[in-house]
Amino acid sequence: MSDDPFLKIVNGLVAIVLGVGGTAALYWVLNFLVGLLPGKWDKRIKPFVFIGPAILVVTVFLVYPALVTVMYSFADANSIDWVGFQNYVDLFQDDEFIGTLVNNLLWILIVPAGSVIVGLLVAVLADRLKALPERIAKSVIFMPMAISFVGASTIWGFVYATRFAQGDQQIGLLSAISTSLGFEPVAWLRISDYNLNDLLLIIIMVWLQAGFAMVLLSSAIKGVPDDTVEAARIDGASEIQIFFKVVVPQIWPTVIVVFVTILILVMKVFDIVYVMTGGRAGTSVLANTFVLELFEFGDAGRAAAVVVVLMVAVIPVMIYQMRQFKKQEAR
Amino acid sequence: MRNITLGSVAVRVGIVLLCVLWFIPTLGLLISSFRDEADVKSSGWWTVFTDPFDVSQWTFDSYAQVLESGMANAFVNSLVVSVPATVLPIMIAAFAAYAFTFMRFPGRNVLFMLIVGLLVVPLQVAFVPLLNLFGDYNLNGTFLAVWLAHTAFGMPLAVYILRNYMASLPQEIIESAEIDGASHFQTFWRLIVPMSVPALAAFAIFQFLWVWNDLLVALIFLGAGDNEVVTITLRDLIGDRGQEWHLLTAGAFITMTVPLLVFFSLQRYFVRGLTAGSVKG
Repeated sequence: MSDDPFLKIVNGLVAIVLGVGGTAALYWVLNFLVGLLPGKWDKRIKPFVFIGPAILVVTVFLVYPALVTVMYSFADANSIDWVGFQNYVDLFQDDEFIGTLVNNLLWILIVPAGSVIVGLLVAVLADRLKALPERIAKSVIFMPMAISFVGASTIWGFVYATRFAQGDQQIGLLSAISTSLGFEPVAWLRISDYNLNDLLLIIIMVWLQAGFAMVLLSSAIKGVPDDTVEAARIDGASEIQIFFKVVVPQIWPTVIVVFVTILILVMKVFDIVYVMTGGRAGTSVLANTFVLELFEFGDAGRAAAVVVVLMVAVIPVMIYQMRQFKKQEAR
Repeated sequence: MRNITLGSVAVRVGIVLLCVLWFIPTLGLLISSFRDEADVKSSGWWTVFTDPFDVSQWTFDSYAQVLESGMANAFVNSLVVSVPATVLPIMIAAFAAYAFTFMRFPGRNVLFMLIVGLLVVPLQVAFVPLLNLFGDYNLNGTFLAVWLAHTAFGMPLAVYILRNYMASLPQEIIESAEIDGASHFQTFWRLIVPMSVPALAAFAIFQFLWVWNDLLVALIFLGAGDNEVVTITLRDLIGDRGQEWHLLTAGAFITMTVPLLVFFSLQRYFVRGLTAGSVKG
């Protein structure tokens, strides 16, 4: 029955109609009921009719499960008996987990910086082109933003593909280049020396995120007042001096926003590692270890502990974001 | 006309190099997906440039094969997952954003700070308890489970984007509506929703692409099987037939068609959505 694509589409349409209609009806009824209350109560309660459903959804599906996860992290594999800090002790005594943490660190150090640098470079160079070439160049760099992590993993998996049989031609670009330079064919994603395989995965993320950095930085650069640049030029400053001493200081707030945004994304990186290596050859990251613990090893306790570690790592960024928001509101 | 200087040549060379570097991986995928299986496996995709007009080397076979082996079904599933998961959170979030912007009530700032904080929270913290909760109602593996999950996971971002947009609307309009005796309910539907269309569109595009491209939530709550979405099908192709590059490239390109279409037709809104919703995760 469910095999029929037509039924599935009907199913989806029904969900939209029922979901949207149902929510609209809910708001209407609640609003009507509250309207029956005497004036003072009407005013007091109505805001909660408006935000109630959103808060309810977020509480039931996000906040409450998060708290339960913290509890699970102190329980055994099936979340039945308490084990105290055992899950955490096990994790931090496991060399592989320490390696995972180091990998996460590598990701969050390289990807935001790399994306900002490439994004800035493209934004600056494209700004000097005519309108049409500028648009084409930006579209090319930006296009990966629309591609899923799994799609990007396929694209780059093909770049990194290697053939080993004697006489086979290389079909992956990287191996074709390396063998034509006289090197032996190698399985790129298994080389953990100097974290080479991690770096090859990290490149994929930079490829995906540079476009995002470019878009924001480009609009910031276009917002830099011309007269500040002109004044520096008249004073005899070189283009490079103008860029670092006049432009960069003015766009710095945007640089920080881009950096933090990509940082948050990268802390939770999962798909690329999961699809390309499954975390093998020392490439795992926290979100990947979580899925492995949960599904491969069936240990809900350790899985929960892994996410709590991730959550704790995110907290400083979260506080930073809240502070930024408050500052922005105060303006 | 600008003078041709060393500088302007350097600029052009630099940008062309970067663009080529950025485009080559995708180009390789695209070309390979239209090549014959034997060709893909025996020679690099760049060899087509020796004789690009030899029509006999181009074929749709890989597409036909990959569509038949489950990708067509997954494509329908992805649509069935993505559209409701995009539409459902919007109204709930719009009501909440209205209250956060135009109504005064105790706890308003604390609740909104909660939303800002939740923007950053890794979704994984919710997974195990949610799996148990959905399991109690036999929802795991159903579309309803992913719709609910995506609605909740998209909610903080939706509220955040919409509230920030509504806060930028002129306050006098709301005040004069109030003086005219309009209720909040009327003001919301007749004034604020129509005025917020750009922000609603930005969120809708962003959420749609997010859900369509998502692997993690689909993996946890939908899994493999009859209801699996394109990202899962592609992942399984990579896992099971990792050397069948003619299938992988065609499969990957099929999963990318919808996001690329959305991207090229609605680029302006897409950029706005990214800018506003850049902290989603």
